[in-house]
Amino acid sequence: MLLLTCPNCGVEADETELSAGGQAHLKRFAAGSSDDEFESYLFHRSNAKGVHFERWRHSYGCGKWFLAARDTNTLEVFGTYPAQTPEPPKDLIAAIKKKRPDWKGFAK
Amino acid sequence: MSTRLQTGGTIIDRGQQIEFRWNGKRLRGFSGDTLASALLANNQMLLGRSFKYHRPRGLVASGAEEPNALVGLGEGARFEPNQRATTTELFSGLTAQPQNAWPSLEFDIGALNKMMTRFFPAGFYYKTFMYPRAAWKHVFEPVIRKAAGLGAAPKDPDADTYEHYHTHTDVMVIGGGISGLAAALEAGRSGARVLLVEQTANFGGRAIVDGVEIDGGDAESWINETLKTLNEMDNVTVVNRCLGAGVYDHGYVLAYQRLTDHTPDKDGPRHRLWRIRAKQVVTATGALERPLSFAGNDVPGVMLAGAVRDYATLYGVSVGDRVVIATNNDDAYRTAITLHRAGLIVPVIVDARPEANGTLPEQARALGIRIDTGKAIAKVKGGKRVTGVSLCVQAGEGSVLEEVACDAVAMSGGWSPVVHLWSHCGGKLNWDAEQAMFRPDPKRPPTGADGNGMLHVAGTANGYLDAASALADAGQAGRDAAKDAGFKPAAGTAPKAVSEAEAPILPVWSMPQGAGVKLQMKTFLDYQNDVKVSDVRLAAREGYESVEHTKRYTTLGMATDQGKLSNINGLAILADSLNAEIPRVGTTTFRPPYQPISMGAIAGSARAELFKPVRKSPVHAWFEDNGAVWEPVGDWRRPYTIRQAGENQKDAVKREILNTRQNVGLLDASTLGKIIVKGPDAGKFLDLLYTNMMSTLKPGFCRYGLMCTENGFLTDDGVVARLDEDTFLCHTTSGGSDRIHAWMEDWLQTEWWDFKVYTANLTEQYAQIAVVGPKARQVLEKLGGMDVSKESLPFMRFAEGTLAGIPARAFRISFSGELSYEIAVPASQGRAFWDKCLEAGAEFGIQPYGTEALHVMRAEKGFIMIGDETDGTIIPQDLNLNWAISKKKADFLGKRAQERSHMTDPDRWKLVGLLTENPADVLPDGAYAVDGTTAPTGIKTTIGRVTSSYYSPTLDRSIAMGLVKHGPERMGEVIDFPTTEGAVIKAKIVDPVFFDPEGEKQNV
Amino acid sequence: MSDVQSVLGGASFDGAVKVTEAGVQGMITLRGDLGSEALAKAVKSAVGLAVPAPLAVKSGAKGAVAWMSPDELLLTVPYDQAEAAVAKLTKALADEHHLAVNVSDARAVFTLSGDAVRDVLAKGTPADVSPAGFKPGVIRRSQLGLVAAAFWMTSDTEVTVVCFRSVGEYMYNWLCTAAKPGTLPIVS
Repeated sequence: MLLLTCPNCGVEADETELSAGGQAHLKRFAAGSSDDEFESYLFHRSNAKGVHFERWRHSYGCGKWFLAARDTNTLEVFGTYPAQTPEPPKDLIAAIKKKRPDWKGFAK
Repeated sequence: MSTRLQTGGTIIDRGQQIEFRWNGKRLRGFSGDTLASALLANNQMLLGRSFKYHRPRGLVASGAEEPNALVGLGEGARFEPNQRATTTELFSGLTAQPQNAWPSLEFDIGALNKMMTRFFPAGFYYKTFMYPRAAWKHVFEPVIRKAAGLGAAPKDPDADTYEHYHTHTDVMVIGGGISGLAAALEAGRSGARVLLVEQTANFGGRAIVDGVEIDGGDAESWINETLKTLNEMDNVTVVNRCLGAGVYDHGYVLAYQRLTDHTPDKDGPRHRLWRIRAKQVVTATGALERPLSFAGNDVPGVMLAGAVRDYATLYGVSVGDRVVIATNNDDAYRTAITLHRAGLIVPVIVDARPEANGTLPEQARALGIRIDTGKAIAKVKGGKRVTGVSLCVQAGEGSVLEEVACDAVAMSGGWSPVVHLWSHCGGKLNWDAEQAMFRPDPKRPPTGADGNGMLHVAGTANGYLDAASALADAGQAGRDAAKDAGFKPAAGTAPKAVSEAEAPILPVWSMPQGAGVKLQMKTFLDYQNDVKVSDVRLAAREGYESVEHTKRYTTLGMATDQGKLSNINGLAILADSLNAEIPRVGTTTFRPPYQPISMGAIAGSARAELFKPVRKSPVHAWFEDNGAVWEPVGDWRRPYTIRQAGENQKDAVKREILNTRQNVGLLDASTLGKIIVKGPDAGKFLDLLYTNMMSTLKPGFCRYGLMCTENGFLTDDGVVARLDEDTFLCHTTSGGSDRIHAWMEDWLQTEWWDFKVYTANLTEQYAQIAVVGPKARQVLEKLGGMDVSKESLPFMRFAEGTLAGIPARAFRISFSGELSYEIAVPASQGRAFWDKCLEAGAEFGIQPYGTEALHVMRAEKGFIMIGDETDGTIIPQDLNLNWAISKKKADFLGKRAQERSHMTDPDRWKLVGLLTENPADVLPDGAYAVDGTTAPTGIKTTIGRVTSSYYSPTLDRSIAMGLVKHGPERMGEVIDFPTTEGAVIKAKIVDPVFFDPEGEKQNV
Repeated sequence: MSDVQSVLGGASFDGAVKVTEAGVQGMITLRGDLGSEALAKAVKSAVGLAVPAPLAVKSGAKGAVAWMSPDELLLTVPYDQAEAAVAKLTKALADEHHLAVNVSDARAVFTLSGDAVRDVLAKGTPADVSPAGFKPGVIRRSQLGLVAAAFWMTSDTEVTVVCFRSVGEYMYNWLCTAAKPGTLPIVS
């Protein structure tokens, strides 16, 4: 039962109020994309043990989506930020690197 | 024999006698007793039979760790199995039965298993009963089922009520012993919100029994004073009879409060499950005493030394007249001294250590108690009750030196801190070799959302076994927790405790040290699961090196024990067998709950009508009053049929369909999803969402649309109406409204956030009533208020106005092929509108119809149904819906996927109609078509399957739709559908539109 | 108006906390740029109140306005004025991207009154409803029982609960169970 702070309404939300939406920052490949691009978009996920960027919706609360950076192993939450963010914010990346020096960094 | 002493018993009230029943016998106890202490006071030592061997078993402990004294409590709708006698408070009228004994406790036929001990080794179930295979089903399993399991399941629905309660706190303290009290006090003084829970009715833990002195007075005074202080603090909540059951992610804690177990006549919920969010948790859960591993350590009368002391001090109960003490540490001497002072005989203290010269042993010596050091118990004598022990040297193999008559044995193998809650959420342990115990490693705590530790351990649970250092540690833990929760605790004012100094423990994992297999086979590690030293050694010999594997193979520490008594002793034996250090072998994972909690508490109030929310349309009550047979559709209940008196299901469906096709039917379509999509980019957005073009729809018009996932698979369908230039109203399936609304918001918020589009789910704003059939228009004309003529409101158009004085939006859409209007009215006026339709339609023969008639009529028209024709693997092209897939659009959700090679494979099964050769045969739903060939595996090759199948009253024959390989190219061919009964139904491939293919009926 | 039926027809239960179905209530969902002047003006004109801060709810003589999400407000007005208010809002915001819809009939509204109202909520919501996180002027959307709900305090002893109409009966039964005499307060 995680606690994630919804950046859209500021509520520190119990997981009961949230819905998980899988890996964040996927680039959508649509009509006209190659088979490899589309396969990667549709099926390939990072399944990280450690730092992971993911989508959450505050479904019982304000209804808005947001993104979270979380350690899938320790469940530490490094930060949450609005869904309208194409890549993880730089200061968040820096903060994660400081806490997890071995982390290879955000890969698109 | 065990009996009530003339004096003593700090928590019983001798003035209040309580009558209860055990095993059919009427017995008496006192207020303050547990069932266990009251049974002992009545000389009831034999309380149950063990799980595997049905050996006689008595009380071992006095608290939550008790493995044996599990009883069936209560009767009828209040019966509950596996209740621990040691944690059951006595109340007047309590009724308890022994379990696992047949035909009786005294003579149990299952005890014959005991004779088979040598045939029930570790992994017995895995090794036996494998062959012959048939024997498992017909012989082994039925016999084992009867013998297996603890207790019996209740037969009646639980008569009690339960509830949940959420609370948020800064610091949660688990355990109300002196450490928990001290931690709560320190945390509370910082101003933090503090919640303290104690699993028993009484606070103070072991301090009173152990005679601890605090701040110059006795423990009891300090405990009472501290409780008073805590209760006076506004920011502190103290709850007793409340077990801290589990610690979970991010400071989530479950606690289990027993409200009326001790006063069953009281109103209100029996149990309450506390769902707690704590910024910091302090566990002050104390320690549990370990048994010693000697032969016969499970004979009734062999108990933990601390428990023997508890019964004497707290309840004034002696477990026996002559009690032999067996120990490897100083603490057990307290028991000897307590018993001696109570006037009982301690024939000998058998101490495995080479010498015993500490304060406590010297006190015992001074009282004239015989102390035999370097000695061990070779074997306990007796069957249903201890009759004596034989002694030997600890260093040897068990040659008997002498026999000592006694009727009880008090054993102590040392104390293990209760680290369960620390471990539930990932806290790691260190092995403390000197004290022979695992203790929390403060450097590796369970961590919270911020990555920092979220739990502090206080006092004994932290490995501080003496009261003075425990209290000091607990005060610090309370301050640390408050600080970590964001408060500024003042410098410590923790109380000072004094207790006797203790000499070091000698780790003793086997008694005597060189005990042979014969003794090992009588030496129990896990009483509840009947796991013996010999079982663990066998597992090690067979190659089980991982403690987790050994646990499952031998069942050591499983079930309710969860390693409370058996863990360390079992590990030590495994480590010894593997020639490894104990920390190398490690410990098993402790899982919540720490103690079993009731199923009722887990369910809370979610029972009966509150079990699952049922969504009800504004017309629901009418159906309830008029013979509806319900069908669940998503979370809704929709009427399957509305039966008239004396009518069966089939006749009702037939009547509803024929009446609709011939006269007029009325359908409650309120459950259909209705989502408003508005904005300058709404058309562009819907073009991406639907496979067909929506942006070209003109205001006032309706268009049927399909939605696919990015996989290309059909996910929903429905009619879209364009309300004005900027605004669309999208209808979804009944089960799909929330999902599709969320789906729209997902794309708008996370992918196309530059689109100017707002959505709102208006599903429940409107009741939607379909008036369907050749006389539908006449009914609406009679209601009056709107021009519903063919000219003003043609097919696939909508109009707004009022009908019968109620604001309405009328859609000319049809899912039945009939002249049909779907009328949306405000939900609050839905029932009124429904009633007015029935009234106005009476002269036209109007009759409501249910979902089955709806389904049959749509199948007669060849309309697909999401969930019937689709199953999450079907693309629109499979259903010949190419006409609804735009070729002009550059992109829509699912477009790219539908270009994948597998999706364009001409061999994909495609939708066709199926007519059985015998019109009376209705194809089974989901039946497969075969082509007569067989794969090398012997499996018939399938070439299609039935997706919808009905008897059609309109056509007076069966009809079906199905997906068939190359189906549309095989019109007129007959294919075979083998049934599960072995018959074959032959069906002809036809066009799926069975009725009115030209659509003449709906276009009037 | 005689055709208008709230989900439970104003049922009420005298428990340890009083539970009342509040009847039909005019409610408008307004989505738009909450920072825009035009929207502030339109809201003011509709309910006489300013646009609330996040998680805030305000009420006045004409109605109430609650913050639902960064681009959504909930306006309450008398039931029979909702359609006119929607039309007015739509007209006032014609030049601005927005959505104003009447949702009055999609909802069930309940009033809880009594000293232990917080405990009733706490039996069913993971939201912090202690005075630390919840007081008059604050609106929380969360789960209550097993369904979605919004709730706010109109005084220290009174709470308004709003849920979807289809689960109104469930919510009423749930609230009555939670408010049963003898079960409150949880901690005295």
